[in-house]
Amino acid sequence: MTFKRTTAKTNCFRFTCIVLAALTLLTFNGTNLAHAQQTDETLNQKLPEELQQFEQQRIDAIAKAIPSAVAIFAPGGNGGGSGVVISADGYAVTNFHVVQGCGNFMKCSMADGELYDAVIVGIDATGDLAMIKLLGRDDFPVTKLTDSDQVRPGDACFAVGNPFLLATDFQPTVSFGIVSGTHRYQYPSGTILEYTDCIQTDAAVNPGNSGGPLFNANGDLIGINGRCSFEKRGRVNVGVGYAISSNQVKLFVSHLKSGRLVDHATAGFTVATDQDNHVRVDGILESSEVYRQGVRYDDRLIEFAGRKVTTVNQFKNVLGIFPKGWRVPVKFEHDGEILDTFIRLQGVHADGELAKLVSGNKNPPQRPKPKKSQPGKPSKPVPNQELPNETKKQLEANDQTPAEYENLFEKRNGFVNYYFNRMNQNRVWGLAVSDSDYGNYPKSWKLIGQNSQGTKVEIVLGDEQSGIKSGDDAFVLNMSDDLTEQAKENSNNAFLLALQQWRKMLQLGPSKFGQSTYWGEVPSAEGDQMELIVATRNILESNLLFDTNSGQLRWFESYLDTDRDPCTLEFSNYQTKNGLLFPTTVAYQIGAGKAETISIETFELGKVTKNNQDSNE
Amino acid sequence: MSKSTRSGQLGKSFFAMALSLTVCAISQGQQASEKNDKSSQANPNVSENVSRRRQKNNQPPASFRNVVRQVQSKLVKIVGSGGVRGWGSYQSGVCISEDGYVLTSWSYVLESDDVTVTLDDGQSFTATLVGYDPRIEIAILKIDANGLSHFKLDSAVTAKLGARVLAFSNLYGVATGDEPVSVQTGVVSAITKLSSRRGAFKSAYNGDVYLVDAIINNPGANGGVLCDRKGRLLGVIGKELRDNSLDTWLNFGIPISSIASSVQEIRDGQTIVQDRSDQRKPSEPMTLDLLGLVLVPNVVDRTPPFIDRIVSDSVAATADLRADDLVISVNNKLCPSIKALNEELEYVDRDAKVRLTVRRNNEFIDIELNL
Repeated sequence: MTFKRTTAKTNCFRFTCIVLAALTLLTFNGTNLAHAQQTDETLNQKLPEELQQFEQQRIDAIAKAIPSAVAIFAPGGNGGGSGVVISADGYAVTNFHVVQGCGNFMKCSMADGELYDAVIVGIDATGDLAMIKLLGRDDFPVTKLTDSDQVRPGDACFAVGNPFLLATDFQPTVSFGIVSGTHRYQYPSGTILEYTDCIQTDAAVNPGNSGGPLFNANGDLIGINGRCSFEKRGRVNVGVGYAISSNQVKLFVSHLKSGRLVDHATAGFTVATDQDNHVRVDGILESSEVYRQGVRYDDRLIEFAGRKVTTVNQFKNVLGIFPKGWRVPVKFEHDGEILDTFIRLQGVHADGELAKLVSGNKNPPQRPKPKKSQPGKPSKPVPNQELPNETKKQLEANDQTPAEYENLFEKRNGFVNYYFNRMNQNRVWGLAVSDSDYGNYPKSWKLIGQNSQGTKVEIVLGDEQSGIKSGDDAFVLNMSDDLTEQAKENSNNAFLLALQQWRKMLQLGPSKFGQSTYWGEVPSAEGDQMELIVATRNILESNLLFDTNSGQLRWFESYLDTDRDPCTLEFSNYQTKNGLLFPTTVAYQIGAGKAETISIETFELGKVTKNNQDSNE
Repeated sequence: MSKSTRSGQLGKSFFAMALSLTVCAISQGQQASEKNDKSSQANPNVSENVSRRRQKNNQPPASFRNVVRQVQSKLVKIVGSGGVRGWGSYQSGVCISEDGYVLTSWSYVLESDDVTVTLDDGQSFTATLVGYDPRIEIAILKIDANGLSHFKLDSAVTAKLGARVLAFSNLYGVATGDEPVSVQTGVVSAITKLSSRRGAFKSAYNGDVYLVDAIINNPGANGGVLCDRKGRLLGVIGKELRDNSLDTWLNFGIPISSIASSVQEIRDGQTIVQDRSDQRKPSEPMTLDLLGLVLVPNVVDRTPPFIDRIVSDSVAATADLRADDLVISVNNKLCPSIKALNEELEYVDRDAKVRLTVRRNNEFIDIELNL
């Protein structure tokens, strides 16, 4: 220890440091004294800069969000709820239970103080969603549907709507809170409404907020409010509200726009957790697509629709967001091997069952009884409420639906509003065929080309007989005999049958082909969004998938039975020959079997209806 | 003078300077926050959040998401069998040690044969009841686990009036398996003494509580926690209770400072559920009738032993026991329910002395009775 051996320089340095330190302390102290005096004098002082910015940011987000919010009023002024406009032409999303008592036309108010007419478009009763269309403008203010998977508990959020139907001046109510939970599951208990994968919030959501938007801190849509947990305090908010996630809404938008009664998806199997917390198949339908792909009892479910599944609730959550007809990738472990495949989801309800449930469900849902095996979840949807007199008067003054809108509703069995289905069918089909008039060629068609090995292939499609000749092999499909039996015997027959269906569709168009329904958008195995038309002709069902960009018919799936894999035709390399658009490449595949590709060089279409076939190239 | 010595001394000087500057910074920070508190609206933590927001472009503004995730990992979901309502009873709890001690609220849920504690990551354990304190209505459970994310009770903080709080719990039993518990936000509306009743009966705890404006006292929320906006522990969410005078449901949390010493006693082994393996029942036991005590009706399984009335000219009357007294213990054995009190008396001979501890208003009174 050499304390003695310090230089003057070092001493000086030390001294400076101490002085600096002392000065710094004094300075800060001094500043504080001055501030303390100021504080006493100016208790109502300005907010700190950052806090002002924080507050302004919130005000801006709310101002951005409010214009798209809608208050929905049932005719006669008995009840209503909220909604939100998602496209400038007026399509708005709300809850099924809000429109349930509204009939086909309803009145909606927006923050601009105006009252608009709206027509019902489509309904998803199980998921408690509905689509309406506000009328009279093509520039409605809209909200943006965000990726709700990015939301985290603790994020700020706010609900906009018409709680307690307060808004006599049509100005919506805003309530602020945080996201309390995500991917929450709410049991149906007593109604058919099952809230899966929802966003839980403590923002005040009360009767009247149903169907209305839940926005994030940027003022963009993360959910549709619809349900709360209630118990001893009665039917007012207790800090526990649930919103249908915007991702689920996105999946249903095109399906709701089809004007149908949309059903939810089922996958043909159920699961349970084993002791090691693995999710295993504990029930499977042999008619299901997963069974056909090789999944069996006790197989472990690893991923569903790209989401890792570790509990039964997670499976219910992820399954519950899909509409019937959607297609998803699934991953299982079977016999030690990974089974990675893509399946088409069937519907939860049988044909007609959903319609019965919905029409029978005229009254608001009953108070649910908690299930014995689960912690009580006494939550239920927010119901319709009595309107204040002032609002009733305003509605009465504008009671009638203008005659110009009446054609926007078309009643048809099995549909909510057939007008929209017809419109979309025509749109999709019109885009696919454009100017080509295949109806002019009602006689046999002949396709000549070669397969991938270079062998010459000739296909004839006729109303009495169809045949395919590939090198030395020939197959014939007798159109008057049992088509299904012939197709089941031989994959070439199945191919011919599918091509026949395709020819008839081109010749006749969807409405004359048979019973055709625009379904909405579904993803292809490659992940592209496709528009789907489901068409049934003489018990045979076909699914037509159209590319959303080009509008062209890309896939034609021909089903012999709902529990058999379809024969899938893939059309590509469309070219126009003599005014007709034709795919010059046709691939076909049965289920997940081997795909065969044929390039077509020549199309000979029979025009004249009498004996001779005049070919047209 | 060697180089090393000079640099060593320089080092010391720099250290001194750095230290003093740090001290200045801290003291300025404290003074700044005092200043902000005086100005009543501003909270220094807001500016922290806002500047953090600027740094992380992906994080939404004004989000608590990181703090929430941190705290959620320490919360547990508790489920018992039985219960009054006939379906699975449930509540919330929080890990307070790395090796599996869980703090929760003391309720009928813990009466079950099988109490299951599920962690944030979904792992489930059967819990054993280590002990409980019926006065503040908390209990300690133990699960056989290690490496658990937890709160240390001695790093709990206190909150001021108006402070932002986050409430974490498994209200309504929404979360199961590996789903995280729910979070709500609000502010401390009042810091006051509790005066309440449970159903038609009073609560045993009449001490300090945080009243909040968020509706945190929901089914299953008891045993959850209140934290400040930085995720530091403030208190435990109480049971569903009604305020006497206003007839409204209270939203409150019990500060850790009121709980900590009890927790320590329980962990030290002092408050344990009775073990009667070496006791014998006397042929002529003491009874309430003999003492002249009439308790409130035994309506639910865990009805606390409040005295309804005293029989005149009885031993109890002479000892100045009064209506509304709550019997806490008999001969130093805790009796949290009428059932437990009766059971305890079965082991006391009628000729023996009985020492009762009762709670009257905010006091604990020891009374000796002898027939």
